[in-house]
Amino acid sequence: MNIPENLKYTKEHEWIRTEKTDDGLVAYVGITDFAQGELGEIVYVEVETVGETIGKDEVFGTVEAVKTTSDLYLPVEGEILEFNPALDESEGDNPALLNEDPYGDGWIVKIAIADESHLTDLLEASSYQDLIS
Amino acid sequence: MSTEVKKTALYDVHVKAGAKMVPFAGYMMPVSYEGIIDEHMAVRERAGLFDVSHMGEFVISGAGAKDLLQYVTTNNVSRLTVGQAQYSCLPNDKGGVVDDLIVYCMDDTDGSEEYLLVVNASNIQKDWDWISSQNRFGAKMEDRSEQTGLLALQGPKAEKILQSLTDVELSEIKFYHFTNGNIGHITDVIISATGYTGAGGFELYVDNRHLDDLWYMLLKAGEEHGLVPTGLGARDTLRLEKAYCLYGNDLDDETSPIEAGLGWIVKTKKGDFISKDTFAQQKEDGCAKKLVGFKLSDRRVPRKGYEIKNQNGDVIGVVTSGTMSPCLDQPIGMGYIYTDRWPSSDTIWISTGRKDLDAEIVKLPFV
Repeated sequence: MNIPENLKYTKEHEWIRTEKTDDGLVAYVGITDFAQGELGEIVYVEVETVGETIGKDEVFGTVEAVKTTSDLYLPVEGEILEFNPALDESEGDNPALLNEDPYGDGWIVKIAIADESHLTDLLEASSYQDLIS
Repeated sequence: MSTEVKKTALYDVHVKAGAKMVPFAGYMMPVSYEGIIDEHMAVRERAGLFDVSHMGEFVISGAGAKDLLQYVTTNNVSRLTVGQAQYSCLPNDKGGVVDDLIVYCMDDTDGSEEYLLVVNASNIQKDWDWISSQNRFGAKMEDRSEQTGLLALQGPKAEKILQSLTDVELSEIKFYHFTNGNIGHITDVIISATGYTGAGGFELYVDNRHLDDLWYMLLKAGEEHGLVPTGLGARDTLRLEKAYCLYGNDLDDETSPIEAGLGWIVKTKKGDFISKDTFAQQKEDGCAKKLVGFKLSDRRVPRKGYEIKNQNGDVIGVVTSGTMSPCLDQPIGMGYIYTDRWPSSDTIWISTGRKDLDAEIVKLPFV
């Protein structure tokens, strides 16, 4: 099971990767390798919250797999800056990227983090490993 | 009933093949090997091999067997000849469905009749108890679920693959008929022209001791025809494209077969059977709800339990099955709409709880 050390994780199987930029702290959010494996083939990703500020653990989108539907929860409070155009039906329309490259090209949203201190509540790779094993 | 999760005789074979295993109806079953969509398309275009050994098998035999089955099932058992099978259901005494099943006629000689009943895995104990409780006809009952393996070889190439392994003239087995024969070195296989995919093919009943031999023999013979192992995930998307009911979703103890669109297996003129009067009245006067199929224009997928609404946002029914159709590349679903809230047009809305999705009632099957 692929669980990169440089990411933080939630119990709902999202990951977050932060980046310091000139505009402040931004982050990429996606679902874990474990999550994509459990869901199976992902056929649609819906994110209709771009431009909105979403609270920690609140729903920012939905993933449709063949067999099941799963909501996406934001790991920390933040503003949704961008929905990955490679997944978006009206652009790349390639939701299978979540299966193929969950930590890379399959990132789901880019967000601006409201409060950096919220990151400390999240799971480290080793704790996430314990959670799913 | 035991809460222990059982394994079919092929459990290790599936794990070795890299299948994703999930608990289903008390068994660890393969949901997919390489991916549901690829497996689905393999069955529609070439062939797929399913292990469905979790299904239950009862043998009902001896004097009274036919009378018992006429009373506990809705279809007309007396119309069956040896070598013929029949889709049917077991009604309860409130006009609902205990289970849906296939009845195979092995012997119809009066006094020494023999029928094989194939029932849903999740209902084995319930069906057994129900049929037993109705057996005032003195029929012998035997539960062979534990020793019987079942493989479904489905798809347009199924006949060619199977024919390379048997002397039985497969093209002579009509739909919903069966014969007993050899496949390779394995004797005494029930070769049945039935299935749950709408893609054609055969279901093969064999003693569990021979199940892995049969599995590998078929996969090898099918290699050149593009045969692949297929899991329960594809089985569900395949059956839903053909609008076949799934017990626990589209059929249950509270739903009548007439409501489910299965009036064709309810023979109200055949003589007495359980809930006959209720069904006769529903055929005459209509039902409280009716199963419909619908397609969505959005990419969101309808799921069991989502509400169906009309243009005013009033709840008019509920979704019982839904998926992304691999053949149509579009979300499809089935559900019940209450007759007294029937919408004025074919446009309905499917509510995810947060959002209402446009849908259109369509004729079934979808594919």
